[in-house]
Amino acid sequence: MRLAYYPGCTLKTTAKSFDISTLESSKTLGIDLIEPERWNCCGTVHALSKDDVMHHLAPIRNLLRIEEMKKTGIVEESKVITVCAMCYNTLKRANLVFNSDSDKVKKINENMENESSVYNGSVQVEHLLETIKHQGWDNLRNKVKIPLKDLKVAPYYGCLLLRPRGLGIDNADKPSIMEDMIRALGAEPIDFAYKQKCCGSYHTVFMKERVADLSYKILNQAKIAGAEIIVTACPLCEFNLSHRQTEIIKNRSEFKEFPVIYFTQLIALALGLKEDSMVFGENKTDPRPLFKYKGFLKEI
Amino acid sequence: MSKNNNDFVTIYVMGKKQKVPADLTIMKAMEYAGHQFIRGSGCRGGFCGACATVYRMRGSYKLQGALACQKQVEEGMIIAQIPFSPSEKITYKLNEIKANANTFLEYFPEIARCLSCNTCTKACPQDIMVMDYVQAALRGDIKLAAKLSFDCLGCGLCAMRCPAEIVPYNIGQLARRLESKYIEGPTEQVLSRCEEIKEGKYDKEIESLKNADKETLIKLYNSREMKNE
Amino acid sequence: MSSENSGQILKINAENKEFKEKIQDLSGEKIDLCFQCGACSSGCPMVQEMDYLPSKIIRMSQLGLKEVLSSKTIWVCTTCFNCEVRCPRGIDIANVMEAIRQVVLRQKFDKVNIDMLTPEELRELPQIAIVSNLRKLTA
Repeated sequence: MRLAYYPGCTLKTTAKSFDISTLESSKTLGIDLIEPERWNCCGTVHALSKDDVMHHLAPIRNLLRIEEMKKTGIVEESKVITVCAMCYNTLKRANLVFNSDSDKVKKINENMENESSVYNGSVQVEHLLETIKHQGWDNLRNKVKIPLKDLKVAPYYGCLLLRPRGLGIDNADKPSIMEDMIRALGAEPIDFAYKQKCCGSYHTVFMKERVADLSYKILNQAKIAGAEIIVTACPLCEFNLSHRQTEIIKNRSEFKEFPVIYFTQLIALALGLKEDSMVFGENKTDPRPLFKYKGFLKEI
Repeated sequence: MSKNNNDFVTIYVMGKKQKVPADLTIMKAMEYAGHQFIRGSGCRGGFCGACATVYRMRGSYKLQGALACQKQVEEGMIIAQIPFSPSEKITYKLNEIKANANTFLEYFPEIARCLSCNTCTKACPQDIMVMDYVQAALRGDIKLAAKLSFDCLGCGLCAMRCPAEIVPYNIGQLARRLESKYIEGPTEQVLSRCEEIKEGKYDKEIESLKNADKETLIKLYNSREMKNE
Repeated sequence: MSSENSGQILKINAENKEFKEKIQDLSGEKIDLCFQCGACSSGCPMVQEMDYLPSKIIRMSQLGLKEVLSSKTIWVCTTCFNCEVRCPRGIDIANVMEAIRQVVLRQKFDKVNIDMLTPEELRELPQIAIVSNLRKLTA
């Protein structure tokens, strides 16, 4: 299955481990992800004010690239796969605006007049978790080489995978998609109170301490619930939950470093891929000691 | 020089109506109309980027960019020169900075404000995909940013039109510098020429140029050879 | 409420009404639907940093009070949409916060200044953080 893949800026810079583990584990699952030749930042946040047109140009331009890939036969479906929660949300919501607001469409098209074609609104925006779910959890289970037996994994959804209501990849109140994935990998999902709570998002730039505090609450709740590791699908959540541990430790000497990784890294591990497909060395919080202790990775 | 009326076009230089010969460039037409260039003119050959100009055609909303020394006048052009685009000269030591994914953000954090509106690309007289190279820089793709920005002359029109107040040409320049220093490395020709300079191969020639009078220099300049390699 | 005031309809003046309409237009939300249950405030992750609770911002917006423009709350909102899923009246409070922010930002105002960040911070911060921060907090 050849599908278009929108990585987003952060996966090309500070979250390379997310990009590489996504491509490698998808390949093993029979999904060939193809990055568009040209793409731009999606803008990361959906423009909420009703009169805003300018901020929709970035995501729509990317969707147009996907449509062009379909037209030229590079991909089989008019569909784009994303893994970053913010890219997913922004592309999906912009697509929805495009398909529901004809006045805005007119303005958007007018402002993209030097593109060689006009976006038709045909692209379906999908998160990789949904793609894997559609393949069937059994498909994933059958491909597992190293069942992650006795590994207690806390799925951290954060905000934009689930919200606003009706736009997320799962039920906003009671999500289960990451739990199902964790089970298929042979691990045990850990339910915890803060799995949908915001980590502080972009305030990590100018309100470091507050974000460290919110991240601490999330990490601590996961720990109390018995989790050994957190998985997430957002490079900003990952940054806050792992990099802000430096600030947490400064204020709370009793806090011990807690591993946070991307869900695709966990999949790559269970699929028995090579270590350079998981890129655990890029994570701020190194999960390898835990995985070695559990016998999932060999001692070197 | 005898020209009939058909060989003339009407242009508007900063709002003032002028009849100018149709075969002139914007720069020459403005000089024909009595303007004197103190700034906003340099090589007159389309290489230096000093003569950035914006214009609209009568009856069209489109604001277009051009180099005054390259673009021929057309009937109904409404012209203004942009002799300089205000931007801070960011200083960095190329030997000390690293070609990392976040290098662009470190020196030009405002690139994170890019809206992908593509106005910069529309403004560029060199037909560069400006937005694409700014976006490549944002995601740390030095090679692509360098490649796409290669033809940039630094005329500044992109920077004047950017709604996110980015100065794209500075970013392209950093990309090309990082690329040539850290990714491509210096070419053989550069290395061998540096060696020749060190060995003093050109010392005599430079000395004779230094001592030459103005007449000789003008003569030499006008008869210089350009190699196409 | 004293007896002579009871039964009176609360009236807002023309200026406040105009401001309220502006917020409704920009946000696309019918803020009068709010009956002040407080569910938005109880689920908000940033209340500790706020001067007015999100529910209070909605109440003030119903009355068209321009004090919301100078509140801290609108800037510390993370747009996490927790309030949106909790609101029993179907108001997307994040949209209202955005609308109020936009009113301020459109008056040539930047909430943050990226020049304040150190080179170390800029080297460490992911693109996603800086892009979203500047989209939300600069004009």
